[in-house]
Amino acid sequence: MPHSLKHALAAALAVMTVTLAATFHADAAPNVSHFSLANGLDVVVIPDHRTPVVTHMLWYRVGAADETAGKTGLAHFLEHLMFKGTEKNPQGLFSQTVSNIGGQENAFTSSDYTGYFQRTAREHLKMLMEFEADRMTGLVLTEDVVKPELQVVLEEQNMRVANNPGARLSEQMEAALYLNHPYQRPIIGWRQEIEKLTRDDALAFYKRFYTPNNAILIVAGDVTAEEVKTLAEATYGKVARVTEVAPRHRPQEPAQIAARTVTLADARVTQPSVQRYYLVPSYTSAKPGESEALEVLSHILGHGANSRMYDTLVVEKSIAVSAGAGYSGSALDDTRLFVSGTPKPGTTLAQLEDAIDAVIAEVIQNGVTADELTRAKTRLVADAVYANDNQGTLARWYGATLTTGGSIEQVQGWTDRLKAVTAEQVRDAAKRWLDKRRSVTGYLVKDSQTVERRP
Amino acid sequence: MKSLVMRSLLTLHWPRGRASLGRASLSGLLALIVLALAPQLASATKIESIRTPAGIEVWLVRDPTVPLIAINFGFRGGSAQEPQDKGGAINMMGSLLDEGAGEVDAKTFQERLERGAIELSFTAGRDTFRGSLRTLKENQDEAFELLRLAMNEPRFAPDAVERIRAQIVSRLQRQSTSPNEIATKTWWETAFPGHPYGRPSNGTVESIAKVTAADMRALLKRVLTRDTLKIGVVGDIDAATAARLIDRAFGTLPAKGDLTPIPDVTMQGIGKRIVIDLDVPQTVVQFGGLGIKRSDPDFMAAYLMDHVLGGGAFSSRLYREVREKRGLAYGVSDQLLWLYHAAVHVGGTATRNDATKDTIEVIESEVAQMAKDGPNADELEKAKTYLKGSFALGLDTSTKISNQLVSMQLDNLGIDYIDRRSALIDAVTLDDTKRMAKRLLNGGMLLTVVGRPQGVTSK
Repeated sequence: MPHSLKHALAAALAVMTVTLAATFHADAAPNVSHFSLANGLDVVVIPDHRTPVVTHMLWYRVGAADETAGKTGLAHFLEHLMFKGTEKNPQGLFSQTVSNIGGQENAFTSSDYTGYFQRTAREHLKMLMEFEADRMTGLVLTEDVVKPELQVVLEEQNMRVANNPGARLSEQMEAALYLNHPYQRPIIGWRQEIEKLTRDDALAFYKRFYTPNNAILIVAGDVTAEEVKTLAEATYGKVARVTEVAPRHRPQEPAQIAARTVTLADARVTQPSVQRYYLVPSYTSAKPGESEALEVLSHILGHGANSRMYDTLVVEKSIAVSAGAGYSGSALDDTRLFVSGTPKPGTTLAQLEDAIDAVIAEVIQNGVTADELTRAKTRLVADAVYANDNQGTLARWYGATLTTGGSIEQVQGWTDRLKAVTAEQVRDAAKRWLDKRRSVTGYLVKDSQTVERRP
Repeated sequence: MKSLVMRSLLTLHWPRGRASLGRASLSGLLALIVLALAPQLASATKIESIRTPAGIEVWLVRDPTVPLIAINFGFRGGSAQEPQDKGGAINMMGSLLDEGAGEVDAKTFQERLERGAIELSFTAGRDTFRGSLRTLKENQDEAFELLRLAMNEPRFAPDAVERIRAQIVSRLQRQSTSPNEIATKTWWETAFPGHPYGRPSNGTVESIAKVTAADMRALLKRVLTRDTLKIGVVGDIDAATAARLIDRAFGTLPAKGDLTPIPDVTMQGIGKRIVIDLDVPQTVVQFGGLGIKRSDPDFMAAYLMDHVLGGGAFSSRLYREVREKRGLAYGVSDQLLWLYHAAVHVGGTATRNDATKDTIEVIESEVAQMAKDGPNADELEKAKTYLKGSFALGLDTSTKISNQLVSMQLDNLGIDYIDRRSALIDAVTLDDTKRMAKRLLNGGMLLTVVGRPQGVTSK
């Protein structure tokens, strides 16, 4: 059956999941190297010699949560503008060159990081490094390229959010979940603030955050650590530090004491749904073992056809079309664990929500079975082996970990830490963190009149 | 991995999911011939064609680097084979194959998949029914046993049928107010009226309601048969083991299928523009026209021409004119689609309601310009180097390779295609591409427009 139907999470939540993984059996593990250049640039090399291809990624430790209030969307806008050229490589030359050699490229922005990558045949690595090192500090922006790009970003906002009721609800729920932390802001920005972003805003942000000592170079593919080191020193190594970057101390959440609800009514909603975000620790903000327990908990609770939620709500009680859960552990500060469900015709959102609450209460009270724990761990650990088959997946995993305050060792020890999770820890995590007072529940409906008043 | 899901939305610089030359990338082989995947991959990856004791041909790439096995397989026969009033039946059938089989009930089946970390999925297209299986080497026997059960003895138990039906209906309902889905559905209906290609391949709420277990059993018997089966296996497995496991899973399928002949058809509706009102801030535009069959000797010339018009990421004319210069849209692209009985080029974009008129004018003007003069020499040269250079990027994971091995066989590209591929690209002349531009684009396009566009009406 289509994965999307059983899990039914991503679409509703506008979350782009990136499949990440850990290290595996020693005999299968790639020989990952890590070093730093004199200018502070961190470098990670992930050899994969099966195909003569290289994935070249430059990650900056800056994302939407590092923006100044009132300038939401700036990190993402700058990411777009980074394709506009430098003095040395004027507008479009980098992209044209990548295209001409049959390469692929893209860039991405999250709350915590911004990244740029290219995939090409291995022999072009040095050239990619030269281009990317050049645009680390050499960006040139003129009004005539900035203005149309702002329109492009506004169209992107239309496509991702304004045209999509589920994404509009997610945006409102994030804003309600975080009372104080900048994770409350949409990465793409609030529309009225995007509209006012300027060239000067973008350049100021660039000068504040784009510097070798705030970046991580990740090279995966048919390369060795020695050659990457030589090439990196000859290219990135010549970029001087622009500035010192302040530690990322964002405003933290106060004690959360009140459950929140959000209702998004949109005439285009033909299929109502309910979801809840709980504020929980991330891999970086958690105590040792806590994140791994949350990972296992969310898997048992809501991942796939064997999960508690699917089995109880979709199969056994037959009141939901889909139901699932997920944990977004890769973040610098406290993140979220979500549960969601789509009712069958004849079931109200309130009834489904009560049933979801009952599933959660059962886990809090009686914990999980040994068999569930074994299956979840087997599945999660196997994903790590599968990740070894994809150099891009490995590169993203290291990149996301290192830009959210984690370490190489944290990635490499993930499998062992996951295997060590006990049933007791899973129950404790459920008890401690699945607390409604630290949550927001969202309803997606056609008409707000149809949301039943809860007693 | 489901774990470590990234926090919140990741926005991307370019939209994902562009056309690539994936389906045209690899070649066919006969038994026991070993070739490099491509010249530049010479030492990396070899394809072997083996024939199993049961007589099934398998294309195999052995690679012990990671202890896993990825299998992809395809049968001829997709949604075009469905009875007219049972649209979506084959997709629904595919969703039910892992919902219990033989002595194994749905719950146990799913538990066994999870216990072995085995990934099994089926996908129905218009012309083909495909499946994929991924397993750790240590669980290979269990994986192939579950695959055998799923294809040979699915239960179609009433509770599972109703559960899956409810899921499909829910998704169709959700799509019924999505501008993208409406634009696409309307485009295909208008291009292929009265032909199976004109029906939505996942069906409609009404047609899904009519599908019975007997319908799905009948489709299973007609389509999942050895005579049209194509298989690609990649990973830590030797030829003898691959042959044994393939025979276990596929050896007992019926030898011959029973496919309804589908008439060849040329798309209709060129010159039409259909505007559908939907209260959204951004209008979605789907456009397209004539395409070219994969077997046509001019295919590569057409592919290169279309790449200049709307392929790639940064380089295309549509990208440059619509996005880069005018900021009218986040994404705009065009690609060739080749089916067994028809061929089209289709593209799309999305723009704010008050810019829709301008955007359509820019796209139509670029298409007309291309039809008139074709690409220039520099554009063609760059398109050629792109297509040659990007070849290896589609082959860097076991899953991608196994998928390609099957696409290549389904497209019947021929035993020596790998050796010929670069030469085929190089042999295309500027005149060839100009000729293709005229042939595909000269007549104009069919457009479907969904939103509240200002100053744009149906015609």
